Amino acid sequence: MRTRCVIIGAGHSGLAMSQCLSECSVDHVVLERGEIANSWKHERWDSLKLLTPNWQSRLPGYRYSGDDPDGYMDMPELIGFIERYAEVISAPVRLNTRVTSVSNDGSGYHVATTQGTWQCESLVVASGACNKAQIPVIAEAAPASIEMITPMAYRNPEQLQQGGVMVVGASATGLQLAEEIHRSGRPVTLAVGEHVRLPRVYRGKDILWWMDALGILDERYDEIDDIVRGRNIPSPQLVGSAERDSLDLNRLPALGVKLRGRLAGFNDGKAQFSGSLRNVCALADLKMLRLLNTIDEWVSDNRIEAKPPQRYDDTEVEESPPLLMDLAKNNINTILWATGYSPDYSWLDIPLLDRKGKLRHHGGIVDSPGMYLMGATLLRRRKSSYIHGAVDDARDLSAHLVSYLNGKADTAEA
Amino acid sequence: MTDTSTSVNNGVNVEALLGAREALTETPAAAAFKWRASCRWVNGTHSHSTVESFFGLGEEQNHRAVYSFDADHPEIFASEDNGATPVEMVLVGLASCLTAGIAAVAQHRSIQLNSVTATLEAGMDIQGILGIDSDVRNGFDGINVHYDIDADASEDEIKAVVAQSQKRSAVFDIVTNPTNVTVEVN
Repeated sequence: MRTRCVIIGAGHSGLAMSQCLSECSVDHVVLERGEIANSWKHERWDSLKLLTPNWQSRLPGYRYSGDDPDGYMDMPELIGFIERYAEVISAPVRLNTRVTSVSNDGSGYHVATTQGTWQCESLVVASGACNKAQIPVIAEAAPASIEMITPMAYRNPEQLQQGGVMVVGASATGLQLAEEIHRSGRPVTLAVGEHVRLPRVYRGKDILWWMDALGILDERYDEIDDIVRGRNIPSPQLVGSAERDSLDLNRLPALGVKLRGRLAGFNDGKAQFSGSLRNVCALADLKMLRLLNTIDEWVSDNRIEAKPPQRYDDTEVEESPPLLMDLAKNNINTILWATGYSPDYSWLDIPLLDRKGKLRHHGGIVDSPGMYLMGATLLRRRKSSYIHGAVDDARDLSAHLVSYLNGKADTAEA
Repeated sequence: MTDTSTSVNNGVNVEALLGAREALTETPAAAAFKWRASCRWVNGTHSHSTVESFFGLGEEQNHRAVYSFDADHPEIFASEDNGATPVEMVLVGLASCLTAGIAAVAQHRSIQLNSVTATLEAGMDIQGILGIDSDVRNGFDGINVHYDIDADASEDEIKAVVAQSQKRSAVFDIVTNPTNVTVEVN
């Protein structure tokens, strides 16, 4: 089969790109390994809600129209949102079509799938940033009796055996799961490395409203001081709850969760934690404060009406957090690795990955003519990680793609 | 020289550091360094250590001179006190690593430092090294580092520089995280 462009993945990113290509009358097909919004449907935990408020949920030519703009979509709502979008834009999606190989034969891309092969001039990789859970190598040294689970397989606390749980990682995932597991009666110890602290609501508005208004979410990949670092920053400690509560490292110990330093290794049945806990907390407090100061300055410079400035307690760290923990003596029988996700490019038969296994690209323009990436963290802008980030990214990259098809694009950045 | 380095000068060549970082990202093999020290027993608890060569950027390198350090224990341990104790040398290593980092980070952030002084104190229960109580560890039970910094920046900016220097410090990592140590004889 032939088409001008193959889009891999019918999530929000792939569908956004499909809509932009349809607007330009580019013949294309969207290949989906399973169902629409497959990752959201099958690879996320039950209680997960989007970190972005509903009013921010939009895709090219489509936006949230419900009656709770300040709420956060749960997974069924998000899946419905994306499914309706696919319908509204009449996306040419082929379901249950898993890509098994992508190669380059000189004239274009050859895409082999479980439902036949496609030949195309251009390719959009929208297969997701979170296909695999990342587990650090130190996991190999964990005692054999410990059960290990990742957020890809975790659904709810009832899945876990009774007893203590060590959650490794202090991003949105780590904190959300630490809290619900601890509340289920399984005492949690949380290993905390570098993290990003943010209040959910600041001066009466969602923190993402401020970051949007100040242009922070629009900051481009080529304006950011250290893009490699930027793309590796863990997700901010946020949760989308009806109460619009902040989720931070002061809230969890109040419930009884124990905070420890970054997990450094295992030896003789004992987990070893870094002595850097105080510093990573200080770093996160200072960075949050810098953001709040920036917001306050912007409010007074622009004479915006907002509630008075707020300041939050510094993260409290116990006097001498223990550096060793005997897992058996502390009745810990499960470790949950909330240590990040990575994309899966095992089907890609063109040498385009860097030494960290990431696709080499500049703002989504892959180092292979006619190939594009969507939906990666900080792909083109800070907001690229969020649903609505797909709007501007798809517009920019589809424009580049169309001029490539028209033979006008140089290989330089868009 | 850029605008920032003409107005702020902490004696750190940030451009060279950033250039090295870029170059080493391209050639990760050149980033593999080996640091060395040799130590010769003198008498009693007194030893004499030297550092001279190291390996990095793909080849053998040398310091401008051979640097030497005498270590000993104080007289209350019935020693001759010919030098600092090894544990004090660890504090010196931590302090000088963090302080170098502060200068580099401040330069990068265009913050002029006027004075930087670190004072360190580490607690130790010597029942551990004396084998009196096996529940007491040999090493420090904690290290406190206190910085007095005068710089052309707000208090929060200075705190952020100090926090960042810990994040990037080799010795901070060495003392806060476990490291495999292999000791062989002959």
